[in-house]
Amino acid sequence: MKSLAELAALREKAKAEVNLRNNGEDKIRVVVGMATCGIAAGARPVLAAFVEEADKRQLKNVMITQTGCIGICKLEPVVEVYVPGQEKVTYVKMTAEKAVKVVTDHLINGQVVSEYTIGTEQ
Amino acid sequence: MMPELSLNVLDIAENSVRAGATLTEIQVSVDTVADRLTITVSDNGCGMTEEQIEHVTDPFFTTRTTRKVGLGVPFFKMAAEITGGEFSIRSKPGEGTTTSAVFGLSNIDRMPLGDMAGTMSSLIGMNPDIDFIYSFERDGTGFKLDTREFREILGDDVSLSDPGVMTYIKSYIDENTEECGGTV
Repeated sequence: MKSLAELAALREKAKAEVNLRNNGEDKIRVVVGMATCGIAAGARPVLAAFVEEADKRQLKNVMITQTGCIGICKLEPVVEVYVPGQEKVTYVKMTAEKAVKVVTDHLINGQVVSEYTIGTEQ
Repeated sequence: MMPELSLNVLDIAENSVRAGATLTEIQVSVDTVADRLTITVSDNGCGMTEEQIEHVTDPFFTTRTTRKVGLGVPFFKMAAEITGGEFSIRSKPGEGTTTSAVFGLSNIDRMPLGDMAGTMSSLIGMNPDIDFIYSFERDGTGFKLDTREFREILGDDVSLSDPGVMTYIKSYIDENTEECGGTV
């Protein structure tokens, strides 16, 4: 059986970093559509890619959440990115690979990946 | 149609979340002798009336008011029935709902179980304030994950939505499933 000690270690690590944390308001929010349409179109690996990158790069200012169907099922998987103080960016027809690029370009470097956004998508 | 059963489970379990469940239990049981795979999702959410249960496998029934199509339950039912299996929902208002699907394990039309670790990790991480139990059993050997136990270890310092915790949950299920003879 996989040891639960690793889980306890995560707690110890978080305690040590507690002063680096903040509570929500100035965090970047990444919202993945996880209704039946999103799931069928491949939202789970997209969500997993965001989580994996956030873990790997220790992005403490990013919050990943889910939502239901926002009504553009044929463009799923849909991901909305809310950077505090900026307009919402909607990415469509996402994949795990695209998610990695959104993390590096948009979440880390502040550059919207415009070729994946809803207006530009073909 | 979903390409793997774990995606059906994710979708069905989201219904439990929306039903206000505080505890949702997902059981996967593989019986190679009886040639059966059984998946059960049970919750303590708001439950359904008899009339709702009657209609729930109809794609054109949904409790949502935003639109008129609900495909989650019909997809899951169809995935079971095309393998010679069966599907059932038991529910009582105020008590909760149990959805159960039985699949013909070796049936050619059975979708693979797929990435249950990914399903549970998203489900738990995206709903960190409620509890989930996941159990997997293959021919008598199995394991269980209970978020109440995880929560105790993590205390108030770390949320179940922490990316590190979600990654841990995924590998916990993957490694333990392998130890119980692997997925199907």
